Amino acid sequence: MPTVMFDLKRLGDVKAPPGFAERVLAQAGMADSYAVFETVLGPVYVAWNRLGVSAAMRSKSSAEFEQWFREDIGRRLVQADPPAGLASRIEDQLQGKRRMQFDLRGLTPFSQAVLRKTLEIPRGQVRPYGWIAREIGHPAAVRAVGTALANNPIPYFIPCHRVIRSDGVIGNYGGGGPEAKKNILTLEGVQLKRLQDLARAGLRYEGVRSTRVFCFPTCYHGRAARQENFVFFHDESEARAAGYRPCKHCRPAEVA
Amino acid sequence: MEVTERAFERLVRDHQDRIFALGLALTGNRHDAEEVAQDTFLRAYRALVTYAPERVRDLKQKAWLHQIAVNVVRNRVRGNRPRLVELNGSEPDARTGPEEDVMRKAEIDELAARVACLPPRYREAVVLRHVQELSYAEVADALGQPVGTVKANVHRGLKLLRGEDHADGDV
Repeated sequence: MPTVMFDLKRLGDVKAPPGFAERVLAQAGMADSYAVFETVLGPVYVAWNRLGVSAAMRSKSSAEFEQWFREDIGRRLVQADPPAGLASRIEDQLQGKRRMQFDLRGLTPFSQAVLRKTLEIPRGQVRPYGWIAREIGHPAAVRAVGTALANNPIPYFIPCHRVIRSDGVIGNYGGGGPEAKKNILTLEGVQLKRLQDLARAGLRYEGVRSTRVFCFPTCYHGRAARQENFVFFHDESEARAAGYRPCKHCRPAEVA
Repeated sequence: MEVTERAFERLVRDHQDRIFALGLALTGNRHDAEEVAQDTFLRAYRALVTYAPERVRDLKQKAWLHQIAVNVVRNRVRGNRPRLVELNGSEPDARTGPEEDVMRKAEIDELAARVACLPPRYREAVVLRHVQELSYAEVADALGQPVGTVKANVHRGLKLLRGEDHADGDV
C-alpha cells in the first residue's frame, strides 16, 4: 500500500519541460517568437507574434539578436519553430511578390506613418527622404524621417533601403551600413550609377517628351519610352514651366 | 493590463511544474501533458484579463488552476480521444530536463500511463489527492463533487492501481 502512494507522489515531482513558460507567454501574446531564416540576403533573424513580423536583423548569433531585440523592442523573446508558411511568406516579401503583416506597436505614430509609407515604394525604385515627409503630411520633418528609418526594427522587409538622399548620396543604413544598402538596391535592380550621375549633375526628375509627365528617375512609368524622348529637370518648377505634370505613380510633386 | 501580464507570468512560473505533472498523470504521456498544461494557462490568462484586480489578488491560484486543468482534460477526452500508442508506452522526448535521468523518466512515464488507464472518475480523484497532494476538501472543490464521493473514488482508484479486484472493492 505505501509503495503505490509513494510512487504517485514521485509522479507529482515531474518538472515542466525547458522553455515551457516562455512558450505559454508567447501563446498568450506576451512574448515574441523568433527563428533564423535563410534568405537571398543570407541568414536573417526574424521575430514575430500574432500580429505579424515584429523585427528582423542580420545578426551574427542568436545571442546578438536577442540582445538587440531586448534593447530595441523591449518585449520578451523566445526561440521557436516558425509557423508553417512563414518561410515562404518571408521569401515572397523580400522578392516583392506578396505583402506580409507587421507589428509596429511600440513605435510612435510618426514612425509608424514613415514605415507604412516606405512600404509603398516598389521594388527597384528609390525615393528621397523629403518625399516621405511630404507624403505623410509633415513636409518639414525630413530629418525626423531619417531618424525613424534609421531605427526601422524590420529592415529588408520594410524597405527603408529604398529611401536615399536627393543629392544621390546613399545615406546611412541601420541594416548593415551604406555598403549593405547599395548591395540590396543593386540586387533589386536599381541602376545606382545612373542615379548618382544624374544626382551629381543636379538632375532630380526625368520627363518623357511624348507624355509630358515627369517622374523620379527610378519610376517604372515611361520606362518604355525611347532614350531620345527623355528630358531631365533640376526641380519641380523647371518641369512645370516646360509644361510637364507630375507622375501619378511616383508623385514627385503634389498634383496641382 | 501591465499588472495582469506580470501576475500571469508569475502564475506560470510558480505553477508550471505542478500543472505539467497533473497533465502527465491525467493523460499518461508528456506530449498531451504539455498541451493540457498550455491550454490550462491560456484559459487562465483569458479569464484573468477579465477579472478585477482585487479578484486576481484574492484568487486561490492552486485550486483554481487544478479546476481548469481537470476541465481541459475532460473536454479533450470528449473531443479527441487519446491515441492508444501513446497510452501504452513512453514516447521518446528530446526535451527532458537533465535532472531526470533516463531510467527514472521511463519509470515515471510507465506509472503515468498506468494511472491514465484508470476510469476517469477514479483517475481524477487519485491524481489530485495523491499526485498533487491536495486535501480532500480541495479535491472536492476542484472536481465539484461531495467529499464522500471523492474519498470513495480515491479508495477504489488506489485499489485498481494495486491490482486488487475491482468488483471486490465495490461490494
